[in-house]
Amino acid sequence: MEKTVKFFKKPITATLIAIFCGFLVATVILAVSGYNPFEAFGALLGGIFGRPKYVSNVIIKSTPIILTGVSVAFAYKMGLFNIGAEGQFIVGAVAANVVGIVCDFPAVIEVPLVLLAGVAAGALYGGIAGWLKAKYNINEVIVGIMLNWMALYFSNFVCNVERFHKPESDGAYAIHESGFISFFTNWKTTEAAAEFVQAHPFIGDILRTDANAGILIAIALTFAVSFLLYKTTKGYELRAVGSNRDAAEFAGIDVGKNMVQTMLIAGALSGIAAAIAIAGNNPHGITQLSAFESNGLNGLSVAFIAGGSPIGCIFAGLLFGALLYGGQSIQYVVGAPSEIISILIGTIVFLIALKDMVPVLIDKMGKRGVK
Amino acid sequence: MMINTITLLLGVTLLYSTPMIFGALGGVLSERSGVINIGIEGMMTFGAFAGAAAGYYSGNPWIGVLCAALAGGVLALLHAVAAITCQADQTISGVAINLLGPALAVFFCRLAFDGSTMSYPVANKLPKIFGSGAEGIWANLNVDIMVVVALLFAVAMWFVLYRTKWGMRILAVGENPAAADTLGINVYKTRYACVILSGILAGIGGATVTLGIVAQFTQTSIAGQGFIALAAVIFGKWKPMGAYRACLIFGFSQALTVVLGGGAIAVPTEILAMLPYVLTIVILILFVGKSVAPKADGVPYVKGRR
Amino acid sequence: MEIRKDYAVQMRDITIKFGSYTALDRVQLDVKKGSIHAVLGENGAGKTTLMNILYGLYQANGGDIYLYGEKVEMKNPNVAIAHGIGMVHQHFMLVDNFTVTQNIILGQETTRAGGVVDLKKAREEVMGIVKKYGLEVDPDAYISDISVGMQQRVEILKALYRGVDILILDEPTAVLTPQEIGDLIDIMHKLVDDGKTIIIITHKLKEIKASADYCSIIRRGKYIDTVEVSKVSQEELADMMVGHRVKLVVDKEEAKPGDVVFEVNGLSAKDNRGVYVLKNLSMQVRRGEIFGIAGIDGNGQKELVEAITNLIRVESGTIRINGKNIENRTTRETMDAGISTIHEDRQKRGLVLDFSVEDNAVLDTYMKEPFSRKSILNRKEIRKFASGLLKDYDVRPDSCEELAIRGLSGGNQQKVIIGREIANNPDLLIAVQPTRGLDVGAIEYVHKMLVRERDKGKAVLLISLELDEVMNVSDTIGVIYDGAIRCTFKQGEVDERTIGLIMAGGTLDGKNS
Repeated sequence: MEKTVKFFKKPITATLIAIFCGFLVATVILAVSGYNPFEAFGALLGGIFGRPKYVSNVIIKSTPIILTGVSVAFAYKMGLFNIGAEGQFIVGAVAANVVGIVCDFPAVIEVPLVLLAGVAAGALYGGIAGWLKAKYNINEVIVGIMLNWMALYFSNFVCNVERFHKPESDGAYAIHESGFISFFTNWKTTEAAAEFVQAHPFIGDILRTDANAGILIAIALTFAVSFLLYKTTKGYELRAVGSNRDAAEFAGIDVGKNMVQTMLIAGALSGIAAAIAIAGNNPHGITQLSAFESNGLNGLSVAFIAGGSPIGCIFAGLLFGALLYGGQSIQYVVGAPSEIISILIGTIVFLIALKDMVPVLIDKMGKRGVK
Repeated sequence: MMINTITLLLGVTLLYSTPMIFGALGGVLSERSGVINIGIEGMMTFGAFAGAAAGYYSGNPWIGVLCAALAGGVLALLHAVAAITCQADQTISGVAINLLGPALAVFFCRLAFDGSTMSYPVANKLPKIFGSGAEGIWANLNVDIMVVVALLFAVAMWFVLYRTKWGMRILAVGENPAAADTLGINVYKTRYACVILSGILAGIGGATVTLGIVAQFTQTSIAGQGFIALAAVIFGKWKPMGAYRACLIFGFSQALTVVLGGGAIAVPTEILAMLPYVLTIVILILFVGKSVAPKADGVPYVKGRR
Repeated sequence: MEIRKDYAVQMRDITIKFGSYTALDRVQLDVKKGSIHAVLGENGAGKTTLMNILYGLYQANGGDIYLYGEKVEMKNPNVAIAHGIGMVHQHFMLVDNFTVTQNIILGQETTRAGGVVDLKKAREEVMGIVKKYGLEVDPDAYISDISVGMQQRVEILKALYRGVDILILDEPTAVLTPQEIGDLIDIMHKLVDDGKTIIIITHKLKEIKASADYCSIIRRGKYIDTVEVSKVSQEELADMMVGHRVKLVVDKEEAKPGDVVFEVNGLSAKDNRGVYVLKNLSMQVRRGEIFGIAGIDGNGQKELVEAITNLIRVESGTIRINGKNIENRTTRETMDAGISTIHEDRQKRGLVLDFSVEDNAVLDTYMKEPFSRKSILNRKEIRKFASGLLKDYDVRPDSCEELAIRGLSGGNQQKVIIGREIANNPDLLIAVQPTRGLDVGAIEYVHKMLVRERDKGKAVLLISLELDEVMNVSDTIGVIYDGAIRCTFKQGEVDERTIGLIMAGGTLDGKNS
């Protein structure tokens, strides 16, 4: 009994319980609406694992939200709620796109340039929110939301500027090919490639997608952030301020400076997420937005599901990406509205919020046995 | 010409402000009792859908408003359970509500309206104050009756909070729940009531859009009004009349984009569209100063915790 | 003892558990009507918990409550209030941005039709009670603007407004000057003359001797005994409270002070409302000396510490350590100059509760070698340092380096802080309220540490609201009033009454300033 109690007290257990209960709720809603939940979940699994192409697309879809998740988780360690990740993502995309259009260098320079543009724009945008919070103590949630909207309209504005606007489309020009980080972009379209694909259907299927190096960059960055947080003095300071501002201040740590630095890094992470998307996925350029694409907003959910742990964001991001991508199959195969996935995710996040209750409940239940 | 522009501006301002006013009043009430409610946007969206759907199927906009209020209240109940009984992180819970609200709205929309993400237009919208035949300047000012209702609600909330004993208790619970507890005031019941009411108000605010401004629910019916309502709460220093005025200012800046966007001044539409949001940030910098949030805002109350 | 009608309160076999922790174990209490009855115990003994049960804030897991011979179910404070029980808490339960009158009527508001509050009538009723008992308050003032003494009177008025017959006072004298304590005892006698019963929770032996008729002792959640106060000595009370012989005076040799190492001259600073709260303050501390500052809360002690540690701006004047000026520098520069501080609020300023014990141990020094090199933390060195510290200062539980420090008791947390600050080898060690919330054993320990530092030749600045502590531990005593040090005495030079007078603004020649 004691071992069971201990298992249930681990933080990851609460997360798994939340995910499980989320599926339960989704099952009930589907059943009540007249759909077979097991068929729906079967379609979901098929949509994720059915073909190598699907798995590749899941990874591609997960890459940006892993990074925005890390962005949110990182800021949360500091006690800051980076809802502005969406705006940082958007400006990162704009910067990456513009730089990728204006500059035309060989890949070895172009790729870092494009990625750094995303980093710089995202960092700047995040820094604004951090500075406003440090200097004027303005709630970063409100500022983040306002900046998100401003970024959206700004992106559309740039999209329509003549220099960047791609004729007969609602987007901008793609970046120069030298900036691409997708695998074998040109070779994919050759005849030799076609033969290869015939002979090796598995890899061939993957090559049909935008498979790119983004996931590797994302994982590397995640580990770097984790190292920063737990092994360096800067990470110590950030966590101290996030946990107890007053004590950190009394110990001589500069709270305001650390706040701005945190938001700069968080913004940079969201910014590079966007740059990776531009460099890695078609159409390699921004498009007219009528609403948020939610890469940043989904980062919030990813960070919460990951329990605020940067490494956890890798798994949470993959889970999320899988649900989002595979969820499209539900509507296709079973006919149920694909919003059920959003409901599923919303429920999971809601239950995650309650997870502090789990150890308390388990304590009480454990005691019922002992009298 | 001048008076036409002025009345047009006034009318559009009132029109756009009203949903946010309801949302903001809900935010004020919830936070005054000590519970942060970030989920206003989600509650408004769900309420907007419920209102449009009920309004379509019943043919009566007021039934729509009632259903919208219920929808908002139900979502708020979830938030209340999480925040008050489970002492969860109120910010995460609010974000979850913002995910669930629109998801549930579109999900049920598809079910109720043949797989479409838009509801069918209602036959009868909310009545306008000058009736349906107004012309000229009066047409500009012919806003729907919810504008008046919003003002009444704001005044009523001010009165209840600052002149009655229930308001006094709500304020006490938000400032020092332990003190209220020792005087026999039930902190949990008070907070539950305020959070659910804030959801009801948000739901009504959503219905104001889909039954008043337009006549149907779409995926972009509620696009940020809930968050601007939050900013209005802070800008209005957590006072009902302050939040009311703040919403008017935001509504005005949105009205400007509509009126000016007609081409009188050659500003790109996207830049104009940024105006309300830039204005919010500028105002927050200039006017907020010291935070005057209720002292116990966002802190779950636990008996006996020292 | 049997249940009797002439006993206002009788509690039998009261037991309460919080989780797996038993806070009270079959506790008894018998309070005679019309008496002043003290409940004595150390910090954490359970006395406040017992009274919270009587007031209906907590529900006991077992046991019964009888009022005037009748059994009563104390489900919530409303029941207690209806039976005439009122409680003045140790940490005042007042709404800061309400007025005095609003706070008094909250929960039992006088209303007109429709629930509208009738403030005028309420004010009249309040002033009626004020006149009857002589409790001076300003009915229209906001709580945030009035003195602590007046706040306490508001709390008592809250109880009287509800027609209290049994008044519970929880540690009422913690925030009062000796004179105000005398006033409070007078008020208590007036109430008792009016037929009311008073229960006073305290750990102050002197006040029990001065005011109470009877005293019940609680130790670690268990009931020990009830005694007639006139028949026991303070030492006997202390022994019963702690369970073993207790020394009430600090053991130390004569001080051998050296030259001045810390000097403040003409220091003036404003608080966060822009009002001057340090007014031309000057003082000197020597090596090998414990300088204690006595004073009532709110006379500038907090701001003095903030000025020294550079958390607030100094408008004029200088602060010098070892001849070096440190006013208006950074907190880190002050620390590097040789000043370490044990802050009064250990959970707010002294520790990061979520961090492990070892991470807290290097809160001041993580950025220096050997704990980190080129910004990378050296976990091995941190562990070594922490282990040494935990052993030297006997921190329990054993080997807790990795545990979150939140899990340690108050006394052990304080030991970690003291060990950390002393390890910095400061020239001046500032200790602010270092024994707040600690039990007698831990208090003894802290005082021993301060004396040890003094004997090592360090300068120690002790700031405490417990006059006894200042008078027992310090070699030199400075009295702070209204932002400046008014008088300085050597230990033993003057008596408590004189110091109390100056603390309240009087002068040595007997006139009040």
